[in-house]
Order: sequence, then structure tokens, then C-alpha cells
Amino acid sequence: MDLNFTLEESAFRAEVRNFVGEKLPAHIRDKVMNGVHLNRDDHILWQRILHQRGWGGPGWPREFGGPGWTPAEQYIFEEECAAAGAPRLISFGLKMIAPVLMAFGTPQQQQRFLPKIMAGEEWWCQGYSEPGAGSDLASVKTRAVRNGDFYVVNGQKTWTTLGQYADWIFCLVRTDPAAKKQNGISFLLIDMKSPGVTVRPIITLDGAHEVNEVWLEDVKVPAANLIGEENRGWTYAKFLLGHERTNIAGIGIAKRELARLKRIAAAEGRLDDPLFAARVAQVEIDLMALEITNLRVLAAESAAGREKKAPGPEASILKIKGTEIQQAITELMMQAVGAYALPFKQADIGPDYAANLGTGYCNLRKLSIFGGSNEIQKNIISQMILGL
Amino acid sequence: MDFEFTEDQRALEDTVRRFVARDYTFEKRRAIRDSDPGWSREVWQGLADLGVLALNLDEDYGGLGYGPQETGLVMGAFGAGLLLEPYLAAAVIAPALIRRVASANFQEEWLPAIATGAAIVVLAHADARQAPVTEIGGNLSGRKAVVAHGGCADLLLVSARTARGETGLFAVTSGAEGVHLRDYPTLDGQRAADIVLSNAPAMRLDAGTHDATLEAIEAALDIGLAALCAEAVGIMDATVAATTDYLKTRQQFGQPIGRFQALQHRMADMLLHLEQARSMSYIAALHCTDPNRAARRRTLSAAKVTIGQACRFIAQNAVQLHGGMGMTDELILSHWFKRLTAIEMTFGDTDFHLQRFARLSRAA
Ligand SMILES: Cc1cc2nc3c(=O)[nH]c(=O)nc-3n(C[C@H](O)[C@H](O)[C@H](O)COP(=O)(O)OP(=O)(O)OC[C@H]3O[C@@H](n4cnc5c(N)ncnc54)[C@H](O)[C@@H]3O)c2cc1C
Repeated sequence: MDLNFTLEESAFRAEVRNFVGEKLPAHIRDKVMNGVHLNRDDHILWQRILHQRGWGGPGWPREFGGPGWTPAEQYIFEEECAAAGAPRLISFGLKMIAPVLMAFGTPQQQQRFLPKIMAGEEWWCQGYSEPGAGSDLASVKTRAVRNGDFYVVNGQKTWTTLGQYADWIFCLVRTDPAAKKQNGISFLLIDMKSPGVTVRPIITLDGAHEVNEVWLEDVKVPAANLIGEENRGWTYAKFLLGHERTNIAGIGIAKRELARLKRIAAAEGRLDDPLFAARVAQVEIDLMALEITNLRVLAAESAAGREKKAPGPEASILKIKGTEIQQAITELMMQAVGAYALPFKQADIGPDYAANLGTGYCNLRKLSIFGGSNEIQKNIISQMILGL
Repeated sequence: MDFEFTEDQRALEDTVRRFVARDYTFEKRRAIRDSDPGWSREVWQGLADLGVLALNLDEDYGGLGYGPQETGLVMGAFGAGLLLEPYLAAAVIAPALIRRVASANFQEEWLPAIATGAAIVVLAHADARQAPVTEIGGNLSGRKAVVAHGGCADLLLVSARTARGETGLFAVTSGAEGVHLRDYPTLDGQRAADIVLSNAPAMRLDAGTHDATLEAIEAALDIGLAALCAEAVGIMDATVAATTDYLKTRQQFGQPIGRFQALQHRMADMLLHLEQARSMSYIAALHCTDPNRAARRRTLSAAKVTIGQACRFIAQNAVQLHGGMGMTDELILSHWFKRLTAIEMTFGDTDFHLQRFARLSRAA
């Protein structure tokens, strides 16, 4: 056993670190380092910078224009980006729909969509959840009826993250209402500019506009935008959900935020309090263990090969622990500054680093809800790993 | 032993609950929150008319002469409705402090005005770390940090280090020269202010020594802490009830999600927290006026630990069990979440009180 990265991997790490250090715009880095919301332009600018370097699709194989990195290299890349304060990659295009297109899309679909995702020219959002279909995703009701070369789509999607920026939405729609739940679902790509698509903001408890309702009323979608076969959408959906969970542990982000927590705690003199210091230590220890767990899952995945296989149920372990750690860090940051975590959306009341801690804590409650809630992840672990 | 409330007490609680249900709906609260001052003078007057602003005042000063138990019942009722008005600051803490430190003249001038809602008086105690408030030649300079409802006060009770190195308590008129108020909303929708004093004219209130003044401030804040605990329990009651309802109605996988045992157990844990918190809020109400300082503070720390932990657990899990709906500004649930979050951090957080309890236990 050897817990060290190989020489090549270490050299790769240095290369990424240099690149990010040189190319990441300072205004973006400052926002990320201080927990400030990024806007659309920030994300797109960074995606384009990566693309110019040939790193626009970090998880993508060479045949689709990606760098063809191993899982370990992808991991290193994300870790270095996070540590340096680069934006989290917008996963809906790069990590969700792109793998589906590569595995199940037609060559035409691949050529139409993949390059624009990589170049940061088209923004995607995820149209899975509906008011009545959250954890029980297979109960989606949005209806698509085939009419010649088109589908006509009616229904409502919800919780659509950053749908207000999106050019395209990938949707689970019901094409056969008579079939058993999972069997009547299809996977459609819908142009957000289509007539009949309405995006309505949902304001969350932190006062942010991050999620939306997307209403679909008689939306005409070319049949050419169907992924794979009609009524087999559930297979593709599950494949995608597996990819949604890779890197869900967010080790790199957690490390960066832990470092921020320590900076804040030091500035507030809180590390002299042994109980507080122990709480920080506990998080650091959990993270240390999770990093190795993550690398073990990664190694097992590499060994199993990367053909159409979705990441296994072990990803659930990473999701639960990773989100718990990130949430714990937000609690401790708030605790470290005390009362100055309370002013709401005020930039200049307490110390600069305190300004976004209260809303940050609120916002990250989402981590244990989306991407398959942590309860659902535990169901997966007990059923798929333990066989209970 | 007797855990029953008297008929009088029940009637009082009932009155306030009805006021909240009828006159303080969630929509109304939202409008008040989004208004410029962030609180409503009309509501304040309504509370004065109900008599609850006079709850804690001696009958000599137009008060009802009630105590922490009644205050707790009122706070619990306000909790569920997430009252934005400065009840805790202006109708609980300030009168308790004035009674303990101020001259008879000052009490006669201000206490009746507090009871009728004519005047709002707020204690500004916590200093900004970099600029503690000091007194020189009768004037105050320095900064008070995140003073709850500081912005709506007509009169501020400001603690300050005197020229002789003692703690004194001073009355400062909000509009006076050298008083700069920066009023802002807090996470829980309430208001707070940072108060910058630059040679602001002030009137010394306490006649006492350093220790007596500090103790009076502590005693008033301890009464406030017990009231805060009761507010928390009121919010948690509402939160647990709403979440239970949600589990009964929300359908996933062809059944109410309340059928999933994982969620049943989580709900049961929330209830355990709630009942432990309720017990400690009673203890807090009964002991917050205990003249034995060390014993009182030890008990209050125990209460704040139990209640702080319950606030965290119940708030987080209520949101979690609501799924995406729990994250929305649209439901009152997320507003309960934020108020519970703020309460956990107010008057010393859970870890502060855990350590203080340990310290006081060793000394006892
Ligand atoms: C900020 C945010 C962003 C999101 N972004 C997107 C997006 O871009 N696209 C998209 O499609 N969706 C998105 N979602 C939706 C997200 O995937 C759902 O919220 C999630 O699947 C949970 O569904 P729900 O909200 O309907 O909760 P429900 O499914 O109603 O769950 C409520 C509670 O019940 C629990 N529960 C449900 N079933 C079980 C069970 N069998 N056993 C035990 N417990 C159970 C859940 O864990 C949860 O605690 C987002 C959500 C949030 C909060």
C-alpha cells in the first residue's frame, strides 16, 4: 500500500497549481475565498479560461476533446482549483448531460452540444425534480406527447438551479403514462428559449435566487432532442445521477473552507478556546479520513475501468460525509465570529470575513437535501452495500 | 411539585396567542419586515393596549407586577409568530435593569412611559472588540456591537468604562449629538444596530459601585435569557408541529413520508430535544431571579445549553425533513429556522454556556 501520489501525479499537480495561480482572475478568487455568490459571467469567464488551455472538459475523454485524465488526475485538478479559489465547475453541462451524451447520444447530438458545453457557450440546467417528484424521482408527471417530428411537453419542473442563466434544460418527461413508473419516462433536451417555457424564481432562506420553477406549456421539442430510446429515460437518468455524485465529497472545497475557518478563528482569537479548537480539530480529522476514503473509491473505480459504468453506491458514503463536513464548517465559522454573523446582507458592519457567514450557513443546508438527500443515500448504503 | 399554570396565567397566554393568530399573520409579518423601520409602531401600541408591555413593571409604575413565568408564556406565544417588535429588549430587559440601578426619579419618568408604549428603552451592552465604550468627563465614546433593536430606541442604556476604571451605566438619547446609529436587518428578520458614540452626552444612571452595576446588568440579562429560552420553546413547538404535519401529508413513493422509519425516529429525536428544552425553560424562569449569583448563573447556563442544542437540532432537521420546501423563504419554517439559529448565538452560545456550567460546577 502507498498513500502517496505518483511522481507523474505530483508533477501534474504542480502544473495545475501554476496554471490556476497565473490565470485565475483576482476578482473571482476574492469572491470564492470570501463565500460571495458568483454571477454568470464569473463562471463563464473561468470556463473559457480553462477551455483555452484545453481543460474545458476536465472529466472528458480525448475523443470528445477532453484531456483524457485519469480519475486521480481529475481529483487533483479539482482539489487544486478549489484550494486556489477557482469557481466550482457548473456541473449540469460538464458532468451531467455531457457523460449522458457521450454514452447514449447520437453523433449529431454529441457534435451539436458537447463543444459548446466545453467552450462555456451554452449553459445547462437540470430538469429532474417536480413538486410531486423529489426523492421519488420516478414519479415525474411532466407529460411529453409525440406529434410527428415533435414532442409537445406540458408540466412543471422545480428547484432548477441557476435555470435563470440556462440556455438548455435536460428533462425527465413521461411518455407512457400507462407503463409502470420507471418504464414510461424519456429523457429530453429542451431549448429554454422555446415558446411556452417560463422561469420563475424561488427565493431561498438566505435571500438568494439560486433555484427556480420552470413551467412548460405546450412546448414543442424536436424529436431529434430525445436521448436514446423513448421510455428508457430512467436508465439514462440513473446513469447521470451516478455522475452527479462523483466528487460530491467536495474534499478540495472542504479543505479550502477549513483553512478559511482557521483564519477566521485565529483573527477572532477563538483557537485559544480549547473547546472551540477541539471542534475544529474534529472536522479536520473527519476530513482527513474522508480524503483517504475518497481516494480508495477512486482507485477502485479506476481499476474497474471507465466504460459506461456509473460510480457505485460507495459514492453515497462520500456524499453523506462530505456534506456533513462542509455544513459543520459553516456552523463553526458562524460560531467563531458570534454576533457579527447576524447582520443580514450588510457588507460593512463587522469584520469583512463575517459578512457572509450567516447566509452561508443557511445556504449550505441544501447540501444534505439535493443530489439525493442524505436519507436516500443511507437507504442506498443499506440496500446496495449491506444488502438489508 | 406543581407544573400547572394558574388560570390567570393561561388567560394571559391565550390573549397573546389570539393576538398573534389574528393580528400577526405571516403575511403581515413579512410586510412589517420589509418596511423601512422593520417593526410596527401600530403593533407595539396594540401590545401596550393588551397590557403586555406593563407585564414586568411594578404596580406603582403602571405595571402588572408579573414575573418571569408570565413573561415566558408571552414570549412563547410571540415565538411562534416570530414577533419583530422589540419586546425582549424593551419590555423585559430594560425595565428589569432600570428597576435595579436607576434613581426613583428616573424610574418614575420612564417606567410608566415604557408600560404605555410611549417610550422605547434598550440596553446597549456588548462592546465592539476594537472600540469599547469609555466615559470621559460625562461623555461617552466607543462602539456598541449588534445591539438588538438599538435602532428603534428613544433612549439607550449604555454600559461604559468610567474614568475611574469601573463599569457605569449611562442614559443616552438616540438623537443626541455624537450618537451615530447604524441600523440593519439581521438574519432572523429582526433589527439590530451598531452604535458609534463620539463624545456623546450621557447621564450616569447608577449610583452604585462597579460590582453592583455589573451585577445589575447581569441580573437583567439573566431575566432576558430566561425569556429568550421561552421564546425558543415556543418556536420549537411550532416547528415540531409543522414538521409532523408535513410528514403526514407529503407523499413520496406512494405513501406519506412519515411512514419511513428513519424519519419517524428523527421526529422522535426532535421531540426529545423539545421536551428537554421545555423543562429547562421552566427551570430558567424559576431561577433567573435567584439572588445567589453563582447558583443562578449555573442553572441558566444549563438551560441555555439544552435549549441551544435543541435549537440547532430541531431547526436543521425541520428543514431537512421538508426537503427543498424547507429551504424556501415562502414557508414560515425557514424563518423559524433562522430565529432559532440566532437564539442559539444570543447571550452566549452553547459552547460558552457549557464551559461556564463546568466552571461554576467545579467552584460550587
Ligand atoms: C438548493 C437546491 C437546489 C436544487 N437543484 C436542483 C436542480 O437543479 N435540478 C433538479 O432537478 N432538482 C434540484 N433540487 C431538488 C432536489 O434534488 C430535491 O429537493 C431532493 O431530491 C429532495 O426532494 P424533495 O425536496 O421533494 O423532498 P422530499 O423527497 O419530499 O423529501 C422530504 C424528506 O423526506 C425524506 N425522504 C424521502 N423519501 C425517503 C425515504 N424513502 N426514506 C427516508 N427518508 C425519505 C428526504 O430525505 C427529506 O428529508 C434542488 C434542491 C435544492 C434544495
